[in-house]
Amino acid sequence: MTDERIQRVTMPKWGLSMKTGKITEWIVSEGDAISPGDDLAEIDTDKIAGTLESTWDGVLRRFVAEVGADAPVGGTIAVVAPAEVPDAEIDAVVEQARAELASGAVEEVAGPVPGTADVHGRSITYSSLGERPETVLLVHGYGGDGNSWLFVQEPLSAEHTVYTVDLPGHGTSTKDVGDGSLDGLADTVLGFLDVQGIERAHLVGHSLGGAIATAVAAKAPERAASLTLVAPAGFGARVNAEYLRGFASATSRRELKPHLTALFADPTQATRQLADDLMKYKRLDGVDRALDTLLGLLLDGDAQGIDAAPLLERVTAPLAVVWGREDKVLPVANAEALAGRVEVRYVDGAGHMPHMEKPNDVVAAVRDAAKGA
Amino acid sequence: MTGTLPTQATGELSAESLLDAYRTMRTIRMFEERVHDEFATGEIPGFVHLYAGEEASATGVCSHLDDRDAIASTHRGHGHCIAKGVDVKAMMAEIYGKRTGSCQGKGGSMHIADLSKGMLGANGIVGGGPPLICGTALAAKQQGTGGVGVAFFGDGASNQGTTLESLNLASVWNLPAIFVAENNGYAEATASTWSVASDNIADRAAGFGMPGVIVDGFDFFAVHEAAGEAITRAREGGGPTLIEVKFTRYFGHFEGDQQTYRADEVANARENLDCLKRFRERVTGGGEVTDEALDTVDSEVAALIDAAVAEAKDAPKPSQADLETDVYVSY
Amino acid sequence: MAREISYREALNETLRQEMERDQSVIVMGEDNSGGAGSPAGEQDAWGGVLGVTKGLYHQFPGRVLDTPISESAFVGAAIGAATRGQRPVAELMFIDFMGVCFDQIFNQAAKFRYMFGGKAVTPVVIRTMYGAGLRAAAQHSQSLYPLFTSIPGLKVAMPSNPYEAKGLLTQAIRDDDPVIFCEHKALYDSIGEVPEESYTIPFGEANIVREGDDVTIVALGRMVSVASEAADQLASSGVQADVLDPRTTSPLDTDTILESVENTGRLVVVDEATPRCNVATDISALVAKEAFGSLRAPIEMVTAPHTPVPFSDALEDMYIPDAQRVINAAKSVVEWER
Repeated sequence: MTDERIQRVTMPKWGLSMKTGKITEWIVSEGDAISPGDDLAEIDTDKIAGTLESTWDGVLRRFVAEVGADAPVGGTIAVVAPAEVPDAEIDAVVEQARAELASGAVEEVAGPVPGTADVHGRSITYSSLGERPETVLLVHGYGGDGNSWLFVQEPLSAEHTVYTVDLPGHGTSTKDVGDGSLDGLADTVLGFLDVQGIERAHLVGHSLGGAIATAVAAKAPERAASLTLVAPAGFGARVNAEYLRGFASATSRRELKPHLTALFADPTQATRQLADDLMKYKRLDGVDRALDTLLGLLLDGDAQGIDAAPLLERVTAPLAVVWGREDKVLPVANAEALAGRVEVRYVDGAGHMPHMEKPNDVVAAVRDAAKGA
Repeated sequence: MTGTLPTQATGELSAESLLDAYRTMRTIRMFEERVHDEFATGEIPGFVHLYAGEEASATGVCSHLDDRDAIASTHRGHGHCIAKGVDVKAMMAEIYGKRTGSCQGKGGSMHIADLSKGMLGANGIVGGGPPLICGTALAAKQQGTGGVGVAFFGDGASNQGTTLESLNLASVWNLPAIFVAENNGYAEATASTWSVASDNIADRAAGFGMPGVIVDGFDFFAVHEAAGEAITRAREGGGPTLIEVKFTRYFGHFEGDQQTYRADEVANARENLDCLKRFRERVTGGGEVTDEALDTVDSEVAALIDAAVAEAKDAPKPSQADLETDVYVSY
Repeated sequence: MAREISYREALNETLRQEMERDQSVIVMGEDNSGGAGSPAGEQDAWGGVLGVTKGLYHQFPGRVLDTPISESAFVGAAIGAATRGQRPVAELMFIDFMGVCFDQIFNQAAKFRYMFGGKAVTPVVIRTMYGAGLRAAAQHSQSLYPLFTSIPGLKVAMPSNPYEAKGLLTQAIRDDDPVIFCEHKALYDSIGEVPEESYTIPFGEANIVREGDDVTIVALGRMVSVASEAADQLASSGVQADVLDPRTTSPLDTDTILESVENTGRLVVVDEATPRCNVATDISALVAKEAFGSLRAPIEMVTAPHTPVPFSDALEDMYIPDAQRVINAAKSVVEWER
C-alpha cells in the first residue's frame, strides 16, 4: 500500500473547457518545503496562464511533469510527502504517475458543473463546484463572468459548495439587464439563490459585483452568512471612467487591448487571448446595450455612480475586504471609505483583479470571513 | 404593325389621366430630341441611346404602376425613367456628368436610377434587368404589398440566357412579374427578324407557361390595355406575362450611328405611325381633350426641358472628394 | 459555453437565428430544401447539397426557396429582392458556377451603390462553396475568391472554423453591402466551440490565431488550420510564428498584417488559390510597399500551382498547400541570408 502521507500535486482545472495544461516553470525546487499559499508553478492553458498555488503541506519530493510538457487535468505533476517518507516509496508513486500520464489513464476531474436557472423569467447561467453544506456565491464585476473566479473557485471548493453566477448582460446569461439598477441586479442574485434553494451563502463580490453583494446582504441580511468584497464599487468617489467607457465602446481587439492593461498590476497579463475572449463576449447580441446601461449605473460623470456605504451600514454579517495596491480601475484610496468598519487587506502585486493575480489572498479572505460567521 | 387608329374607345381613362400620359410621352420625346441635339455639340460625355419613337411603351406600362412596383430598364432607359417618375432635371444633369445628377454624375445615361421611385436603373448589360425583376417581384410577393416587377428589355436581350432563365423562374415561382420585350427591329445593327429565331418574341412565352401578347408599340392605348391586363393578373396572383411591343426607334442604336444597316423606315414611322400624333388625333377626335390643352402641355414640357438643359450645363461636376465615396454602405 | 458544433451546424444555426430575428431574411438556391415538385418524395429532402439549409424549410414556410438550375436568374433575383427590402441569402452551390451568373454579381450587385450615386442598398449574401480536397476535379474545386476580392462593391468573407462561420455569416446577413461568403467544402465537418447566442464578427479585422516573433504567416480559409499545424511544428524547432487569419479579403485588415511584419520582418502567405493575381500576391505587394524597411527576407507565397485542380488523389494531394510546404517556406525565410 502507498504511504498515506504521500500526496499528489495534480494539474488543476481552470474553467470548464480546460483539458490539459503545460508547466512553463517550476517556481519551487525538488526538496523544498511547501505550505498552502506558496506559488508552485506557472501553468499555461490554451485559454489562460496562471500560477498554481499550493494547497499542500510537506516537502516537494519529486516533479513528475517536465517543463514544457502537456499534462491532462487531474494528472499528477509532482509528489509531496514529509521528508521521512523513504525515496523508494516516492519513486514507486512517481513511476506509477508517469505511467498514467503516458497511457492517458488519468481519472477525469470533476470541474465546475454548468447550469442555467430561470430567474424572474430570465435565463441566468451559473456553475457550481464541490458538495459541502455551506455555500459560497461568487459575483463577478462589470464585463466579466463566472469564469473570472477560476483560480478561486477550485481552492474554495475544498470546504464549500462554490457557485459562480453570470450577471444579466454577462457571460451566457440573458443580455437583458432591465433598468440596470443596483437594486434590480441584487434582486436577480437573490432570485438566483431562491431558485437554487440556497437559504444562506457566503457572498463574494468583485468590483460591480461587490456593490451588488453588499446590496444583497443589506436587503436580506438573513441570507448573507458573510460578505467578502474584492475591489468593490460603491465606496469612495474615484473611478477610472476612461477605462470603463473604453471597455464599453471598444468594437475591436485593437481598440480594447490597450484598456485592459488597466486591469492588472502586471500589464503583460492583458494578453491577446484575454482581449479575444472579451471581444467574443462583447460581440454577442445585446451586450453593447447591456454594457451601456450598466455604465449609467457605474458612472456619474467621471465619478462613481454607486454609493454602497449606506447599504453596508445595514450589513451585519462578518465582512472582509481585499484590495490590490495597484488597482488602476477603482483606486485603492477608495478603501479609506471603509476605514473604521473593517481592516482592509491590501494585496501587493495586484491591480484590479486580485482574484486572478493573487487568488490565495482572496481565498484566505473568504475563508476568514466565513469562519467569522 | 398597323398604321390605323384603333377603333376601340379610350376606355376608363379620365381626361386628367390622358393628359398625364400625353405629358409623359411628350416629355420623353422632347428630352430625347434635345439630348440628340446637345450631344451633337460635343458637350455630353460618353454615349447615349435614345428612346424617341418608343414612348408609348414606357408610358402605357408605367401608367399602371405606383410606388409598390419596380421596373428594370435597358441601355435605352431615359423613357422608362421619365415614365416611372424620375426627376427630369436630375436626369439631364446626370447625362451631363454633373454632381446634381440622379446618380451624382457617377452613373451616366446608361445607369440612371431612382430606387425611391422603384426605378432599378437603366442597365448597360443587355439582359441585365430580368433577373433583378424576378427579385423585386419576389420581394413584393413575400411582403404582400400587391406590387409587381416590370422588366423592360429589347429584342437583343430576348436572346440572352438571363432573360430566358428569368421567364422560367418567374413562371416556376409564379411571380407578379411582367416582361416587356421592346422589339424595335434592331439589336445594335442586327435585325431582330434574323437574330430572333421564333417569328415573334412573344411566341416564346408558351415555352415558359405564361401568356404572350403582341402589341402595336406606336399605340399608347394598345400598350395600356395589354399592360393593364397583365399587371392586374400579376397583382391578383395570376403570375407573369410576356408582352412584345413592336415599333421603330427614331434614332440610331447610339448617337453617331450612321444606320446604314436599315432603309429609311424612320421617316414613314414619324409621319404615319408616331405615337404622339396618333394619341393627339385620337383624344381630340373623341372630344376627351382639347388641342389647346395638349398645346399647353407641349409648351410646359418645352420650358421644363430648356430649364433642365440650362441647369445641367451650369451645375458643378463631381470633385475629387466624390471619387471614392459610395462604393459601400460601410467598409 | 464550450459547446462544440460543426461548421455546417454553425451555418445552419446562423441562418435559423437570423430568419427568426428578421422576417426579411430569405434563403434560396438549388435544392436548398430539395424535393420540390416531386409527387411522392419528401420536401426538405436535402437541405442544400451539403445539408447546410436542412430543416429551415418547414420552420420558415415560404422563406426557403428551391430554384431551377438557373444561377443567373436566382442570383439576380436575390439581388433584385435585396434592393426592395429583403435580405436574401442565395446559395451558389459551387463557386465554380460563378461563370454562369457573374454578370449579376459584378455588374449589378457590386455596382449599384456607386453607379446610382450612393442611393442603393443591396444587402444580399451569396454563400458559395470553394476549395479542393474532395476529388471533385477541375470544375468543382476552385478557389476563386480572388476574383471577387478584386471587385469594388463586393465584400468577401472566408470563415476558417465554426466560430468564424457563425459570426461572419451573421455579420454578412446584417451587412448592408453585397457579401460573397466563401465556405470551404472540406471544413463542413470541422468542429469547434460556438456560442449558442448570436454574435457578429466585424469585417476587416484579422484574427491573430497565435503569436510569435520570428515569422508572420497569413493564411486564408481552410489554410488557417494548415498554417496552425505548421506553426505547431515550427514551434517545436524553435521558430515562433505569428499566424494571422484575415477573415475577410475585402475589406482586408492591412494594419494587423503590417504590424505583424514590422515585428517579425518575415512573411509567408498561404493561399489555396492559383498563384497569379491571388490574395497572396495582393498581400505580398502590400507588405513589399508598406513594410519594405521591416523585411529581413524575401516574401514567400505558398499557393496552388498554375493549373486547374486535378482529379486523381495523387495529384490533388500535391496540388493543395500542406503544412510541410508552409514549414519549408517559413524556415527558408527565417534562415535566409543575403
